[in-house]
Amino acid sequence: MAENTMPKKIIATTSLAGCFGCHMSLLDIDERLLELIELVEFNKSPINDIKEFTKECDIGLIEGGCCNDENVHTLISFRQHCKVLVAVGECAIMGGLPALRNVIPLQECLAEAYLHGPTVADSNPQRIIPHDSDLPKILDRVYPCHEVVKMDYFIPGCAPRADLIWDALVALVTGQELKLTYDTFKFD
Amino acid sequence: MTRKIVIEPVTRVEGHGKVTIHLDDQGEVTQSRLHIVEFRGFERFVQGRPYWEAPVLVQRLCGICPVSHHLAAAKAADVIVGAGTGRGLTPTAEKIRRLMHYGQIFQSHTLHFFHLASPDLLFGYDAPPEQRNVVGVALANRALATQAVLMRKFGQEVIAATAGKKIHGTGAIPGGVNKSLTPAERDRLLHGPQPLNAGQMIVWAQGALAFFKDYYRKNKAFIDGFSRFPSNHLSLVRPDGALDLYHGVLRAVDADGRKILDDVDYQDYLQHIREEVKSWSYMKFPYLLRLGKEDGWYRVGPLARLTTVTFIPTPLAQQAFEEFKQATGGKPNDMCMHTHWARLIETLHAAETMRDLLSDPDITGSELTVKGQRQAEGVGVIEAPRGTLIHHFCVGANDLIEMANLIVSTTHNNEPMNRAVNHVAKTYMTGQKIITEPMMNAVEVAIRAYDPCLSCATHAYGRMPLEISLYDDAGVLLDQKRK
Ligand code: SF4
Repeated sequence: MAENTMPKKIIATTSLAGCFGCHMSLLDIDERLLELIELVEFNKSPINDIKEFTKECDIGLIEGGCCNDENVHTLISFRQHCKVLVAVGECAIMGGLPALRNVIPLQECLAEAYLHGPTVADSNPQRIIPHDSDLPKILDRVYPCHEVVKMDYFIPGCAPRADLIWDALVALVTGQELKLTYDTFKFD
Repeated sequence: MTRKIVIEPVTRVEGHGKVTIHLDDQGEVTQSRLHIVEFRGFERFVQGRPYWEAPVLVQRLCGICPVSHHLAAAKAADVIVGAGTGRGLTPTAEKIRRLMHYGQIFQSHTLHFFHLASPDLLFGYDAPPEQRNVVGVALANRALATQAVLMRKFGQEVIAATAGKKIHGTGAIPGGVNKSLTPAERDRLLHGPQPLNAGQMIVWAQGALAFFKDYYRKNKAFIDGFSRFPSNHLSLVRPDGALDLYHGVLRAVDADGRKILDDVDYQDYLQHIREEVKSWSYMKFPYLLRLGKEDGWYRVGPLARLTTVTFIPTPLAQQAFEEFKQATGGKPNDMCMHTHWARLIETLHAAETMRDLLSDPDITGSELTVKGQRQAEGVGVIEAPRGTLIHHFCVGANDLIEMANLIVSTTHNNEPMNRAVNHVAKTYMTGQKIITEPMMNAVEVAIRAYDPCLSCATHAYGRMPLEISLYDDAGVLLDQKRK
């Protein structure tokens, strides 16, 4: 793979309205993780303590679509700081499971969770639905990433196989073309 | 002058959790809150889906412990297809599910300890942030990092063999499972080439426990005293009082160790548990009905489990458990940082349990499902890595879900985590004008001890990045620190 003379590529990752399964699948590259950190440097990512972009990045990996205004701001800031933006997994590509709520009015989802559920129906006499200036605004529906910013690549799967994530990363880092094989490339 | 401190993850625009702390003009903490800022709406949008979809659908709540959701939903579906609870399944189905679950406990606890806690233990809480993460561990101690990666890998391999894939598998179905192990799969997990076999995992789990105990010996005052406060504790236990993470009855004990709930069939959870809604968090606040909103809150997770159970049914973990109990003279353990200790004892128990299940001939059996009288309603409860997880579904005659109620582990710990934030804020911030790095560390450490990732409800893993801003009552920024 990469020669030592090549400068390390810089990677940032984030989870928007995702379940972190895609990040877990990245960890499922197992021993290759130790190889990966020789090849790349991680910037802003939930796996470390870097909370803001400290430099421009080569690759941004996005898990999850956008379900609230914070997700939108994060995604835009990733677009601004990353040369290449990759949608990892169904949620980033199509909204995924959280987008099941797109056909239902948001108010109904909130009412079910906070007013009608069997453990709240008789214990919420003031009929509180959470709302606070400290809470972000929920969007009318869940948006896939490409409806918010331009996305460069898409890695399908829920979660994408670790091998596919690995092959895609190696291709991006070394600039070589990705060879897709049947057993790594699956939708589910 | 009153002040409000805001601690929030990642650039104020990312992340799923946030802390606010209010100080009055004497510099006393008047209010502190952990806000969960994420809302999905699962309870509503699974309505109208066929009940057999629930085990594959609802696990997409959380990719850190999807097996827990997969199995809790499957257990609820067992009741719906008339397969009963717990022992109702065939021995093969129950043991395959148990193996899947203990594989999950093993990988999740490993992830927490090595990827999350070990950087603090290795480098100290005040180490530079660039170093204080799993990459830093790998660069500093490759042997330890390799071991961490391989332990997690083994757990994930067990999950893949039983559930079909590592993340969001499909192995558990209403009334049983859709596959058992082939002898080849079993042999690979049981006797696989070093180090990827069950025996080595037991050895490594013992090593992790020894690593923690060594740290504890050197840092006893901190580990014992940090963010410590009494609470009730809740978990499933086997009817004879043994630790059982897959199935059992609900038991709760109070701060003095008195049983306040015992031998409760979880199908009846509604008689005992309610949730309070507060305007400032999407996460609800569960409590025991008979004690009420004020006093009925409780802890769940490793610390709570080792407080409610009477013994651990595998020898090495039982030995470790006895030592753990001695530390408090058998009394309930309310020391927040002892959660790490409890978690590693469970990791060892998971390793022993995986070996035992893999040695059991039923694991390669061929009777996979049972069925009985169709029911309209079912509750499934499991002890997920982070604590008690409740799934409850009502299903119409057309097989479509009409009602879903989910109480995830992290939600049970909502009140304890808020108290921890308050405790630490009072201890470290009262009367302070300037925010220091250690103060922010302290808040972060307190939350993470409960659930490093607030997984199902918020940020998932890794350390929570923090920003703290100090405002005066006119909203003018006085001080701001980031890490
Ligand atoms: S694509 Fe699947 S694994 Fe990835 S975040 Fe979405 S639900 Fe989780």
